[in-house]
Order: sequence, then structure tokens, then C-alpha cells
Amino acid sequence: MDTQVFIIIIIIIIIIVSHHVEGGHFNVKIKSLAFKCSMQTKSKKTLAKPGVKNIVLVEGVRTPFLLSGTIYNDFMAHDLARAALLGLLNKTSLPKDAVDYIVYGTVIQEVKTSNVAREAALGAGISEKIPAHTVTMACISANQAITTAVGLIAAGQCDVVVAGGVETMSDMPIRHSRKMRKTMLTLNKAKTLSQRLTLLSKIRLGYLTPELPALTEFSTNETMGHSADRLTAAFGVSRREQDEFAFRSHSLAKKAQDAGLLSDVLSVNVPGKGIVSKDNGIRPSSMEQLEKLKPVFIKPHGTITPASSSFLTDGASAVLLMSEEKALAMGYKPKAYLRDFVFVSQDPKDQLLLGPSYATPEVLEKSGITLDDIDVFEFHEAFAGQILANLKAMDSDWFAQTCMGRKSKVGVLPIEKLNLWGGSLSLGHPFGATGARLVTAAVNRLKKEGGQYALVAACAAGGQVVMKVIQNYFFI
Amino acid sequence: MDKIVSYRHKSISPIIICLHYSGSLNRIKPWFLRGCLLKLLPFFFLEAFRSHVSYEVKDDVAVIRINNPDSKVNTLSIPMQREMAEVMNEVWANGAVKSVVLISSKPGCFIAGADINMIQACRSAEEVTALSQEGQKMFEKIEKSPIPIVAAINGSCLGGGLEFALACQYRVATKSRKTVLGTPEVMLGLLPGAGGTQRLPKMVGLPSAFDVMLTGRNIRADKAKKMGLVHQLVDPLGPGLKDSDVRTVEYLEEVAVGFAKGIVNKSIPLTKRKGIMQKLQDYAMGIPFVRQQIYKTVTKRVMNQTKGLYPAPLKIIECVKAGLEKGSEAGYLEESQNFGKLAMTPESKALVGLYQGQVACKKNRFGTPEREVKNLAILGAGLMGAGIAQVTVDKGVNVILKDTATEGLSRGQDQVYKGFNAKVKKKSITSFERDTTMSCLTGQLDYSGFERVDMVIEAVFEDLSIKHKVLKEVEAVTPPHCIFATNTSGLPIKDIAAASKRPENVIGMHYFSPVDKMQLLEIITTDKTSKDTTASAVALGLKQGKIIIVVKDGPGFYTTRCLSPMLAELLRLLQEGVEPKKLDLLTTSFGLPVGAVILADEVGIDVAAHVGKTMTKAFGSRLDGGNIEVVTTMVEKGFTGRKAGKGFYIYEKGSKSRNINPAAEEILKKFKLSAPPSVSSDSDVQYRLVSRFVNEALLCLQEGILSNPMEGDIGAVFGLGFPPFLGGPFRFVDAFGADKLVQKMKKYEEVYGNQFTACQLLQDHAKDSSKKFYK
Repeated sequence: MDTQVFIIIIIIIIIIVSHHVEGGHFNVKIKSLAFKCSMQTKSKKTLAKPGVKNIVLVEGVRTPFLLSGTIYNDFMAHDLARAALLGLLNKTSLPKDAVDYIVYGTVIQEVKTSNVAREAALGAGISEKIPAHTVTMACISANQAITTAVGLIAAGQCDVVVAGGVETMSDMPIRHSRKMRKTMLTLNKAKTLSQRLTLLSKIRLGYLTPELPALTEFSTNETMGHSADRLTAAFGVSRREQDEFAFRSHSLAKKAQDAGLLSDVLSVNVPGKGIVSKDNGIRPSSMEQLEKLKPVFIKPHGTITPASSSFLTDGASAVLLMSEEKALAMGYKPKAYLRDFVFVSQDPKDQLLLGPSYATPEVLEKSGITLDDIDVFEFHEAFAGQILANLKAMDSDWFAQTCMGRKSKVGVLPIEKLNLWGGSLSLGHPFGATGARLVTAAVNRLKKEGGQYALVAACAAGGQVVMKVIQNYFFI
Repeated sequence: MDKIVSYRHKSISPIIICLHYSGSLNRIKPWFLRGCLLKLLPFFFLEAFRSHVSYEVKDDVAVIRINNPDSKVNTLSIPMQREMAEVMNEVWANGAVKSVVLISSKPGCFIAGADINMIQACRSAEEVTALSQEGQKMFEKIEKSPIPIVAAINGSCLGGGLEFALACQYRVATKSRKTVLGTPEVMLGLLPGAGGTQRLPKMVGLPSAFDVMLTGRNIRADKAKKMGLVHQLVDPLGPGLKDSDVRTVEYLEEVAVGFAKGIVNKSIPLTKRKGIMQKLQDYAMGIPFVRQQIYKTVTKRVMNQTKGLYPAPLKIIECVKAGLEKGSEAGYLEESQNFGKLAMTPESKALVGLYQGQVACKKNRFGTPEREVKNLAILGAGLMGAGIAQVTVDKGVNVILKDTATEGLSRGQDQVYKGFNAKVKKKSITSFERDTTMSCLTGQLDYSGFERVDMVIEAVFEDLSIKHKVLKEVEAVTPPHCIFATNTSGLPIKDIAAASKRPENVIGMHYFSPVDKMQLLEIITTDKTSKDTTASAVALGLKQGKIIIVVKDGPGFYTTRCLSPMLAELLRLLQEGVEPKKLDLLTTSFGLPVGAVILADEVGIDVAAHVGKTMTKAFGSRLDGGNIEVVTTMVEKGFTGRKAGKGFYIYEKGSKSRNINPAAEEILKKFKLSAPPSVSSDSDVQYRLVSRFVNEALLCLQEGILSNPMEGDIGAVFGLGFPPFLGGPFRFVDAFGADKLVQKMKKYEEVYGNQFTACQLLQDHAKDSSKKFYK
């Protein structure tokens, strides 16, 4: 009884105090408690952990995501990354020397700019004293960039970090064959003309076959689409279910776009092509049209079509992360806390894209909340069938017991809270950039919908997955 | 170090060593008797009770499921065929059914073939011919079905199973590793007797059809698609809401039903559009002259490889020829009649016997060991050591390969790598699988990590004191449960075990070189070897994919002991002036996979000399033959055989032809013996070699080294290359007649003495013709 009374008293005090504080400059303690009283109906947890710094997302932006081979055709990856970076700085009015560190994620690296983060930062006119590095983790590269930033802040190394990601599929490094490369490299070392001629004479027509960047899983030699088609079959996801989900994604994206909800999208001036400010992959058609499409990966009896797969996309994204104290000290209104995250990985052959099912219970348990507590789900839509297979996996006791070693199923994921502003199927999926888009979308939806917790998940090649819990930053 | 038997794989014909039976064949189970009982049941229950075949109609597709009760595999037994006929008639009579899907309910097996026991139960060629004709008729009905039938194949689809599938209008197969198609009948001395010889050439073209039927090899699903054996492939699925095996079969059925509907509504074409190469080939095959040429070349090749000792391949060619040249009616007739004839040949009976023996030798009669071998250490990274590592490391066992010198170790690791890389090139594994497999192999020079090993196999130099030294070193560092297996080819295990603190854990594991090619593993137990140790060694051998015989300890055990007198006789024949090339010809035409002189070179003259000496020491003059001085002189001069480039022959890199080594000829001349004309005819030469081999094998049974004749046959065929069509020394005695053999031996005995004295067991069999090793 005593404690209850005590808490009530404290809450009253806090409310009084908070009214006296200006401009949202709370100290940590007051804020978290303040939030507690404001969300009486919800779980009262703050998810802050003793001894762990509160890390906040101040803002997130992205360039429009465009179909590869369209308007960004002539851009290099660092151009897109720079655009996102500049956009973020402009939107937040962050001084160019106030950043401590920059991390970007990317998948298919342009050899000339292998540390694309550094090139983008230099190009954006960020102080050359500020270091930058690039990470790669397939489709969750930007997530890896964000968690890297979180680590830097949590460790006390930095206070202000920009994390983001970039990908262009309009251009990619196509290499000479290994044999040709070998010949050319040896040619470099050849001293005399006759040595060179001998080497040149060894070149065969077959040497000239170029090598495209592999879109297959290296360890299994299977393309992701093929694996996804098998996954949908394993979970008995029908073609119709997939078409419906794809249709939903495009319709929701269109609605969000029309309603101006995609506020993270920057306007980018593309030299010679004008200003772009909208994603161009959103194409809500009709179920009839979707039904007509032929399967692309497993022919002729597969179920995944172009419409139910995410398409090749160019784009870049960036988020500004700070320690809460720093953000408040600099006068920012943080949008959300970044809380727990987990990376998990599993069999890259049969469970390549099944990570979210494994990671969801893990991160929830880590945070001490349940599926019901989550208001916003932002899951990466690699394929419609992949999302649906994950939903089925989470709802299956057999799967939980046999594959996950859990006593019972994770539960039904409420689809009415999932990807309400579209997803990778409709907005596009620039591999390295998607992670930051997901986080920003989750944060913006929390703000718009007034929810408390968001769960972000993305699966990646290699059978890996990231899962993040984001907590809304409430002000009173 | 090299084992007694080694031969180069390339020089062996695929047909002679076609006894590379696939695992899938093992699944053909006897079940004729039960079948007979079940046959009676329907008379009482009529159609109400079916145990093998069931069906349900999904929309307008009849899904027929095959499921032999109480068996892991489906076979084309009599009750199965009868129930299938009933079901087909019902389906055809049902107007609502527009198409059919034929699928097995068993994971990993479509139909593994005809029931061997059904054929063995027949007493005459006519009976077998009648069986064949029944099969032909049934499949003809399937082929002429008014509605399309889709065969949905997952797992083994062999022999009669493939012939069934071929009669269907459309075939869908899973890409599972278990899915294999093939006609292994030739390996049993038979032919595809239910229309296979007629349908295959039409489906895949003449050259491929001959390849499939004459080698009997297993064809993986992706290859089958390329050849045109199947129309569509279905990927195996991972775990979802059900077990992956179960769901994969369900998925296969769903997809097959989709295709069946597609065929009916004409969205799926039944005929594949042919490529230019295919069209060209078809055009060429349309020219009678071209076909004649093909028959000729194929026949020639078969004669080359089989020396005419195997009738089945030739009959297969005849059947195909009859079908193409005289029309299908003549073809089917030829097929059924030849099938009947072949089933009655001694060759087929010997091969079927070998097959059954092989099935038996792939079981662990010592039970499940208490502890699974998870960590294995191999001492000595030579040919044998590395070979053992290669067949073990990809079976989920961590392997330590230890040698005493970096060079040897690196050579050994390279050998393992090359072995797996060859598989990558053949696309049977991926380069990634090769790399992960290689990660389970640790090469080292010391004993670190030996505290974790469950078994040590030593393949060090054949010298008792060295063996004792490593045994003591190993026992000092390994846990008490660790088994010490010695891969010696001649030293008695009990002598090696004498230095052991734990003789119950000491066992012999005699591998044959090259280990990855030779299927036999001879396990040798001493009086002290515990049953669990034996069970463990057999379990590991089975994991390595070996055919295993377990014999008692003694000098030369079983295999080396049989070979030894034969090599001694060979040496004498050489001294008597028989040309090496002629000797090789005589032995290969008897049915040995490689000539006996080449064999000696492959084994190594030094090894032969060493073994010869120890064996003579153990068994006295009975194991004498040629003068041992010949080989010791050769060893002194460095003519140690193939590995040195010189033995009786000269071996040059890159050159295929072998020339006689004139220096070896000189030595032979120096030790020249006169050839007694009464025992020197070509046939005598052959029987002098074979009778000593066979007599020694029987002696091993008589002395209890062998526990039964079947293991003796298996060991001789799979380890020493005894002609498979003869079925092994014991079956040979049964078929040839013990009395006839004893007569021949008496003749030789008069000239050479006790080396040709028939053993008691052989004499007993000679006296009483009702005594047989096989009933």
C-alpha cells in the first residue's frame, strides 16, 4: 500500500514539475516517469535500463526510392548517399562540424568508393576531421549501421552519429572473368614485349565472359527468390494470399504517399533530370492484373511473381542519432528511443528469410514486453510470401517446438498494425538503405498513431536478421 | 603402405565393376511370401481391401498412392501389380476423372524396382518370360491410357519403377538427393524386362539409352531432366508447418496435380520442343546405316569391357535392335524372352547372390555401439591414411590426420582435397560443401587433441616395432574408451595388440587402395577384441559407405591370404617364361578386372615380397611358388612397381601403353625355370592361378577365419577383383564343381607338390556333390 501511495505522489510531483519545465528539456528521470503517467492504459515500462545510456533518434530522411535504371541512372552510390546526408543536415539544421561519426551500410560496393560513407561525407562538405566507415550485412546493412552507431554512443565514444545506407542497382561492378583478371594482372608484371605477347596470346574467347555480381547465396548457390518460393511452398502460402499482400502493400503505400505521410522523403535534384520528390515504384493495380503475372523464380509452377517480390531499387537513407542528453542539450526534440535489438541467423538454405520468426520472441523477451504491447510493426517485405510464411511460422506450435526449441508458438502478429504506409514491395528496396527507412517509418508512425512501441524487423541474405524495439518519445 | 590390392580406376570397365551397387538397390526387400498370402485376401473382401494401392479424386484428378505395407520401399510385387490394375480400371471407368497423378506415400522411394524374390522363385525361363509379359501388358495399358497419367517421383525410381514411370504420359521428379532414376538390372545380369529396352531409346535417344541400360548407373533428377527422362523438377522444401520430407511429398503432389490439370486444359504441352542438337540426333538415328554403326560400336565396346563374359549387356543391345529394326511387337517379344533366358543364367544368379551378400554386408550384426565415433584420428597421411580420411570426413566425423613430417602431411591433405574437388567438378557437391567438409579435417604432427578422439586408425609403415611404438604413444594420450584400429594388410592383430594396455579395444581395419574407390573393408577381430569394439568399427565402416566382412585374426587374415598363393604362382609362371602381357590377357579373359602382373606392379613388388616372406614363414612351403629371390632382386634394383615407374612394366607419365621392363625380363631370365608341358596350357595357367586362390579361400572357411561363404565371396569380389560373374570363390566351386577343381589340382599337385593339395573342405565337397556352399 505504501509503495502505491508513494508512486502516486511521485507522479503528481512529476506532473507539476513537468509543467514548469520549458521546451521539453527534461532530464532523463523526469521524462521517463512523465511518460509513465501519460500512458496509463499501456504497459508502464520505459525499457530504459540502468547503466545504459538512452539513445534517441532525432530525425530520419531518405531520398525518393526509384526503380533502378530510371532517374538515378547516372548517379554513383556516393551521390545518393551524399544527397541523403545533406538532406538530413538541412532538415535538422545540424552544423557540419557537430557530427562525431558517420556510418553507412551498402551491399554491392562500387570498387572506387568502397568506403562510401567517407566519400559521401567529404562530398557533403562535412568536416574532414570526422571519420566515417561503411558496413555491409546484405539487406540489413543500414540496420547494422544504426546499431553500430548505437554502440558508439552507448560506449561513450560519440554523442552524435549519422547512420544510413545506400544502394544503386543502376550501376554495378561487372568484372572480367577470373582467368582474364589473372592474365591482366600478370601482364602488369611482364617486362618484355615478348612476355606480354605470350600472355596476350593465351587469352581465349571464353576469358571475355564477364562476371556479374552474384545475386545468389554464395554458400548454397541459390537465388533468394528461389529460396523464398520454396519457403512459401513449405508454409503452404498460396499464390492468392501473396497477390493480396502485394496489392495491400501498393495500396497502402499509395494512400500514405497521397496523404503526405511519407514525410521522410527528401527532394533531390538530379542534374539534367529535374527534382524528384516521390518514390516511383508504387503501382497499385488490380488483383486481376496481379493474377496474370507468371512466376519468375520457379517456373512454371512457382508462386512468386514480380509483383510479390521487392524490385531492384536505387536510393539512400540516413538517420541522426544522439545520446538523449546531447540531443536535449542541443535543443532537439527527439522522436524516439532506440531500445533493444538482436541479430540472429539460421540455415541459409531452407530458412533464409525466416529470421523474423526467430528474432521476434527473442527481442521481446529481452525487452520484457509482449507482442500485444507493440503498436507499430515495420517488417521488411523482401517477398510477400516471405512475410506470410513468417506470420504462419510464428503462429505454429509445430514450428516453435521443432525448429525454434520453444514450448509454444510466438503468436498471431496483428497484420492491421503491419507496414501501414507500404513496404519494400511497393516503396522499393535499395538493399543497403532499407534498414534506415524501416526505422524512420516506424518512428514516424509511432508519432502519427500515438503508439508506444514499434518493432522493426528485416531479414537478409545469409539467413541473418535484425530486430529492433523502438520506443516513442513522449512529451507532456 | 600400399595395400595388397590397388588398381587404377580408369582401367576398370564400368560393367565389370558394375557391382558399385547403389544404396537404393538395397531397399528391394524380399516379400514374395507375404505377397502370396495377401493375394488370397481380395477373394473374400473383393475391392473393399487394398493394402498396396489407394486413390482419391481431387477435383477431377485421381491421385493414386502406392504404399507397400510393412516395408520401407515399394516394389513391383504381384499384389501391387494386381491392385494397381484394379485401381486403374476403376479410375478409367470413372467419367468424372480427367487425369491421374501416380505418387508414392513413402518418403525417399517411388518404386525401387521389381521384387527380386518374385523372379528368383521362378523355376524356368518361360515363367520369367511370362512375368515380363504381364509387366509389359500392364505398362502398355498405362501408355495407352485415354487420360493423361503424371508420375510424381520422389526417391528411388529404379528398374521396374522407372519402366512404370516411362509408360506414363508425364513425369515430375523432386530434386532431392534421394531421387535417382536408373535401370540397374544389368548389374544383376538381367535387362529391363517391362518395356524399358523399347521405351528408353525412343525417349532419350539411342546413345543415352544404351548408356543408361548398359551401365545401370543412377541418374540424378537434374541430369534426368536434361536427358529428357523427366519433364519437370520440383525443389525439395525445408521445414515449414510440417516435417520437410512430408511437406515435400505433399508439394510434389500439389504440383503434379497442377500439371495434370494443365495437360488436360492444354496449357502444358506433352511434348518438349526439341533443340537443334536433338533434331540432328533424331535425324541421324533415322538413317539405318547410322544405327547399324551404333550397334556395332556399342557391341564392340561391351565385348572389350566384358570379354564376352557377361551375357546381359549383349542381350540388351539385341532387344533394342529388335525393337527399332523389326518393330515394337518383335522388340517386346525379344525383351521378354531374353529376360527369361537371362534370369536362368549362372551369371545372373551369381550377381544376384552378390547383391544379396552385399545387402547383408551393409548391416551391423554386432548391434549398435555404446558410443558413436565422432572424433577420429588417423596416423599416417600416406595413400591409405589420406584415403580413409577422405571417406570419413564428409560423414559428420571430425578427423585428425597425423603424420610425422610436413611433406607427408601436406601430400595427404592435398589428396583429400583433390578427392572432394573432383566431386565439385562432377557437380555432385558444391565448392562450399567441399570447403566446409575440409574444415572438419585437421592436419597435425603432434598428438594434441587426442584426448577427445573415440577411435584411432593407424596406417603407418608395416613394421611390428613401429606399430608397437605408435600404439603405446596413442594409448598414453587417448581416453580409455578409445579404440585402436590398425590398417595392416598382413601383420597379425594379436601381435600388434600384444603391446596394448587395452587389448579389448584393439581391432584390425583393413582398407583397400584406393580407399575412396574400393568398396570393401575387412575387419579383423582377435580373441580379446570386445564385441562393442567390433560394433563400433563396423558402424564407422558403414558410415564410410563400405561393404564389410568381419574375419578372425591370422596371418594375412582372409584377403591377403587368398592373394598371396596366387601371386606366388604368378611369379613361378613368369619364371617359367610366360610373357607378362600374355599372363595379363589370360587373367583378364578369365574375368579379373586387371591383369595379374599389372596387379603385382600396382600392389608394389616390395610389398608383395614382404607379404610373401611373412606368409611363407607362417604357412611354410604350401605358400611357395616362384623364387622369392626374383622379387628381392627387383626391389634391390628399385623396380618396386608402379609407384617407382618401373616394375615388370615401365610406367611413363602421360603414356597409356605399357612396355615390358627389359631389366626385369633379364632378372626373370636369370631365374628361368623350365615349363612342364603337362600343366602349361593357357587354361592350365588360368587354373593354376585360380585354384590356389580358391583353395586358400576355402581353407579360411575351414579354419574359421571366415564365418560364412558369403562373406568370403564378397571379400574376394569387392576387395580382390574376383570375377563378379562367377560370384566369388565359393559360388565358383558350387558352379564349377568341386570334383572338377580337385581333379585339376591333382594334376598340378603331381608336378608341384603340396601347394596344390586341395583342402579338406574342398575334398569333402568333391566327394559329395550334394554339398554346396549355397543352397
